[in-house]
Parts: sequence; C-alpha cells; structure tokens
Amino acid sequence: MADLKTLVLGKKDIADLDTETEMPHELMTVNMGPSHPAMHGTVRIVLTVDGERIVKGDVQPGYLHRCFEKEAEHATYTQIFPYTDRLNYVSPMINNCGYAMAVEKLLGITHRIPRRAEFIRVIVSEISRVTDHMTCVGASAMELGAFGPFLFLLKAREWLYTLLEEVSGARLTHSYVRVGGVGKDLPAGWLPKLAARLTETEAALAEAEQMLNLNKIFRDRMAGVGALSREDAIAWGQTGPVGRAAGIDYDVRKDHPYSVYPEFEFDVPVGTTGDCYDRYLVRVEEIKQSIRILRQAMAALPDGPVMIDDGHVALPPKAEAYNTIEGMIRHFKHIVDGIKVPAGEAYTFVEGGNGELGFFIVGDGTGRPYKCYVRSPSFVHLSTAEKIFKNHLIADIVPIFGMINMIGGECDK
Amino acid sequence: MLELITSKLEDAANWGRKFSLFSYPFVTACCGMEFMSVAAPKYDIARFGAEFPRFSPRQSDLLMIVGTITEKQGPALRRVWEQMAEPKWVIAFGVCASTGGFYQNYHAMPGADQVVPVDVYIPGCPPRPEQVLDALIMLQDRVQRGDGHSQIRLKREKIMLAAANAEE
Amino acid sequence: MAQKVVDAVKAKFGDAVVATSSEHGDEVITVKRDKLLAIAAFLKDDPAMSFEVPVFVTAIDLAHWQPLGRRGAPDEGTRPAYDAEASDGLRFEVCYQLRSLKHRHRLRVKVQLKETDTKLPSLTPLWAGFNWQERETFDMYGIRFDGHPDLRRIYLYDEFVGYPLRKDYPKDKRQPLVRRPDLVGDH
Ligand code: SF4
Repeated sequence: MADLKTLVLGKKDIADLDTETEMPHELMTVNMGPSHPAMHGTVRIVLTVDGERIVKGDVQPGYLHRCFEKEAEHATYTQIFPYTDRLNYVSPMINNCGYAMAVEKLLGITHRIPRRAEFIRVIVSEISRVTDHMTCVGASAMELGAFGPFLFLLKAREWLYTLLEEVSGARLTHSYVRVGGVGKDLPAGWLPKLAARLTETEAALAEAEQMLNLNKIFRDRMAGVGALSREDAIAWGQTGPVGRAAGIDYDVRKDHPYSVYPEFEFDVPVGTTGDCYDRYLVRVEEIKQSIRILRQAMAALPDGPVMIDDGHVALPPKAEAYNTIEGMIRHFKHIVDGIKVPAGEAYTFVEGGNGELGFFIVGDGTGRPYKCYVRSPSFVHLSTAEKIFKNHLIADIVPIFGMINMIGGECDK
Repeated sequence: MLELITSKLEDAANWGRKFSLFSYPFVTACCGMEFMSVAAPKYDIARFGAEFPRFSPRQSDLLMIVGTITEKQGPALRRVWEQMAEPKWVIAFGVCASTGGFYQNYHAMPGADQVVPVDVYIPGCPPRPEQVLDALIMLQDRVQRGDGHSQIRLKREKIMLAAANAEE
Repeated sequence: MAQKVVDAVKAKFGDAVVATSSEHGDEVITVKRDKLLAIAAFLKDDPAMSFEVPVFVTAIDLAHWQPLGRRGAPDEGTRPAYDAEASDGLRFEVCYQLRSLKHRHRLRVKVQLKETDTKLPSLTPLWAGFNWQERETFDMYGIRFDGHPDLRRIYLYDEFVGYPLRKDYPKDKRQPLVRRPDLVGDH
C-alpha cells in the first residue's frame, strides 16, 4: 500500500503533503503588447508577476513616436496644424486651438482675435471634449465586456463627427483653426442642428449611464481599482480627469482662464478616491458640463469676422489673390515662407481632453519654429501607470489603462 | 481532367474564404478611430462577413494594418504576420500604413510594405468608412481570383515542388 | 505675477542666477548648474514658493540659432546667435517648467550646458513626475541627468545611434530594425 502511495503522490506519507502547502514559486515575466486588444494605441508592458499579482510593470511607450517636434521644425507655422490634429486624435480641435494660441502669443496678437472666432473655437473645442470623453468611456466599457454602451456612445459620436465634418470638411483630422482665427465661418443653419444633436447626445449618454453606473460587473472592476492619492497625483504632475478624480481642483479653463471661457458658467467635477470609477464619473460629468458650455456659447455667439484683419498673419482674401498682383504675391509669400514670428519663446496651455495640453514654442524670426515642444498629458499620466499597477491583478490593467486614456499619438508624439 | 477539378475546387474554396475573412486589427494610431466607425452601427462592416475581429494572429487570415508603423514597431508587425495562418491577406489602412504619409522622418516607416507584403492599400488620412468597405470588396475579388500575395506564393511553391518531384 | 519668485530666488542665491527674463507672461530664470538642486529644493519647499507641480522638461539645441529681426536683419534683442567655434559656447538649454497649485504662479528654470559636457543633476528625486520627462530629454538630446533612477531611451529603441532632435541629426535618417527579405537590395 505504501508503495502505491509513493507511486501516486511521490511521497511516503500523506501527512507530508501538509508541510508543503506553500507551493514553490518564482516570479514570472509576462509581456503585454505592443499589439494587444486591450491596449489603447500601442504600448508594451513587461510585467513581473507573482501568480496573478503584479510586482513590477515596466511600461514602454514609443511605438508610435512620429517625431512631431522634428516635423514641426521643418514645417511652416500653418503647416503644423495637421500634425497637431494627429497628436490627440480623439479631440483634434483642442490641439488646434492650443497650438494656434501659442503662436498668437508669440506674435502678440492674443487680444486681437475676433470675438466670433474665439466663440467658434470654444464651441468646436467643447464638441471635441465630448467626443473624447465618450470614446474613452465607451471603449473602456467595451473592454470590460459591456458592448451596449459602446454602441450608444459611438452612435452619438458619429453625429458630432458629422457636424464637425460640416464645419471643417474632415471627419476626424479637421485642421480647422488657423493662426489668428478659424479657417472659415460656421455653415448656415448649423447651430440649430447642433442644438438638436446635443439633446439627442444627452439622451444617448443617459442610456449609457443607466447601463453602467449601477452595473455590478462594471462597478466591481472599476471601484477601488487603481487609486491614486492626491499627494501622489500632484507629485506626478497629473491634470485633467485623472488629477481631478484624485481631488485636485485644477482645470486650466478656471485656474488660468484663456479665450472666452471666463464668460461661461460651468462646474469642475472633483473626485474623492482617485480610483477608476471616480475617473469615469468625472468624465461623464464633464460631458454634461461641456454641453452646458456649448448651450451658452451658442446663445451668445456674436456676429463678425472669424479671421484677424492683419496682413502679416491672415491670407489675403481670395478675390484679391486672384485679381491683384500684390494679393497674389502676398498669398505666395504666406504659403512659401510662412507667417514670420518674432524671436522669442512662449508656453501656452489649454485644458485638453486628458489634461493640461501645452505648447512650448521657440521662434527665431523665420516662418518655421525653431523648436515646438508639446507637453502631452497622456505621456505624463502614463508615467504613473507603473506605480498604479503595483499589487493589482493582471486583469486590472485593462480598466486602469482605459481610464488613464492613453492616446498613442499624444503620448508618443 | 484532374486539373479542372482541382481548379474548380480552388474556386469554391476561394469563394468560401472571401466571405469569411477573420481579421486581426493591428491598430496603432488615429486611423483606429475611423476603424471603430467602420465597425460601428452606421457603416457596419458585418454586412460583408468580416465583422469578427480575432485578437490572436493565429486564428485570423486578414491583417488590417491600421495606422502609422514606426521602426520600433516593425519587428512586432513582422512577427504578427509570420504567425498568421496561410493563406493570408494584408490591408494597409490609411496613407501612413501605405507610404508613411506626411511623416517622412527618422522613426516613421515609409509604408508597412517595407516589412510585410500588402494586398490592398487604402489611401486617405484617415480613409472614409466607405473607402474601407470598397477596399474590402476589392480584396474579396482578389481572393476569388486567387492572386493575393500569399496565394501566389503558395501556388508557386506547389509548382516548384511538382517540378522537383518530376525531375526525380 | 511670478516676479516675486524671481526676486526671492535672486535675493537668496545671488550670483547663482545667471539671468532672468520675462517673455509673454512667463518668468524665466537661468541658473548655474551646480546650484540647480539647491534652488529647486528651495522652490519646492519654501511656503512662499511651493512649486509642487512638475509640468515639463525639455531642452533647446542652440546649434543653428541665428535669430532674424523684423526685416530679415540679424536680431539683436533676445539670445545672441550661437557660435560653434567659441570655446565657451553653451549649446544646450535645459528647461524645467514648474507650477504652483497654491499660488497659481509658474516659472521656467533653465540651465545652460556646453556641447562637450551635457550633464546635470536630475530633479526626479524632488518631483517624481520628471522621471519620464527627463528620460525623454535624454532620448532626444542626449542630456545626461545624474542621479536619475532609470535613465534609458524611452521613445526610440536601444539600437538607435545618435540623438534625433539635435539640430545636426538629419530629419529622414532612418535606422531600420527589419525589412522584408525579398525587398532588401532593391534600394
Ligand atoms: S493615415 Fe492619417 S489618420 Fe491614419 S494613422 Fe496616418 S496620420 Fe493618422
């Protein structure tokens, strides 16, 4: 009998088993990415795990490094707009505005931008913010298995894309804003359409919320996961929804107001626990606040030009460019040499979809920037991921990543 | 006679293949947003039998390269392509994946075809969803005709094998 | 608004401050490299300063700096043109942008470095958020941060030679890792 036991268990006595309840184990290294379905964009994580628990995670970005800065140094100030579109491609309009404001600061024309242009910038920025947050929430929900909300939110996003397409001519990469104003005026009859779509968007959002807020699976996977304390969030430079969920009451639109934001009434939601569920709630509330701003902006939209009246900055009117020699030459010089920006440096920041989005531009008096650095919120937020992961399970990476909302183009530039 | 049967059989197989493409979305960048739209309600790629993304290259036969491929990404892309089952097809989605687009610099690769052979290119930055559906139909034609890169390669290998056997 | 800060730093550290300026509403101080850590600690911990938030780190490569004035004439105003021949040529300027949540002021601290000696103390121990930012600056400009916990490339791969955002790196010089075997040799 004893022999059989030895044969089966590899041990002499059954009691010996108890002394070895602790299985011998060693740390294991697991690779995630760079092409992984639950990774927004592309990032690679080398995880060291103890069973399911993460001991260390080495996050490696850079798989989408498209050299924004090097490209910008070789392009004229106007040609950079398309590149900024592709930084945070979920909310391109905000990038456009931030970049335009930085160049305007260097040119010293910040206060001469026509009011209508400022209002239009606010309107398109806030629409972009809505699409950004909806994509983030919808995609994260889908990654946690909730396909319904994703479809509802994407449906609403499609409406807003169509509206932005009417304004700019492109569905996703708009390049609509220009230095000194915006590319063209809003099309006729656009505002009533927007108003109608906003109501529908609110309904779609309400539907999605209903499916998520009290959904047990969703809550279990979000609440208490990936918490970041306020002190840590400050030390790691967190801004935007991630920072606000951790209790930092900081919104560039309120704290360092720009454009015409001081004229609108809106609230800044702030979380308490700093976990993924708070980040989700902050995002949803921000969508509502953006819609509130949009309504006010639509009501107060003034008439007037949408481009600054300054030959150094604006293109000559088409009639002039086609019919007069001077206009033609000016047009030509503008396109080939670019806008001459005086030597100097400026840092401008706006509230992007993910947080403080800044452009640090050094001009050297020519039509191309000497340096054009972008402070991308995603990059800053992603750097905390290693810290947040620790002691979580592998499955928690998905909601954490979803709610950090890392956008490849912006993070890797 | 035998040849006729095998070629008819091949046709039938290709007909089956073209309506059941299992895609592996290799999503890297902005084009991914439009790719989402293609799959979402309004454009609905499901109507063409290619709605089912497989998130493992080993189970898929259509590689969708969506977005910019960089030098750092190259080895990963090559690895994914090598792991896919034969016969396999590749679509380059967006001008970045086709030629590099307006990113011509030290880290953006001038087109994904530097690393893997591409069957259909979709220009546009990003392409409109309609274009994507059009490309899918083009690919289906190509599959039916049997002249996708990997189909041609398989055929050539078969002929060479037969020739080698005959020599013996 | 941050003029107070600049004055306070000047008063406390005297000639460790090489230059100060105010451009477009941003206050900038340029400090000596060996005093950077002391000044940074002061900026962070002093209650009147309390710059708790790290914003960004980057560097400016001045190798091609030839500023032009209004009519295309050389610009006399801001920074002088860079002269590579000069022995004391300071080629790199590393910028740290800081912000205070409490006082809502912000400040850019700069350190100038020679081409041959691109080292400076890391500020990561003070502001954890500078960790990746300094890695990025190292990756792009080859600036070495002493005391950084994990200084390696972040965007590019280890096989990459050179620092791409330096002005002398050609924009389209690629260093491929893989190519299709059937294409190699074509070009
Ligand atoms: S083609 Fe355009 S939209 Fe697509 S990945 Fe490239 S830059 Fe982005």
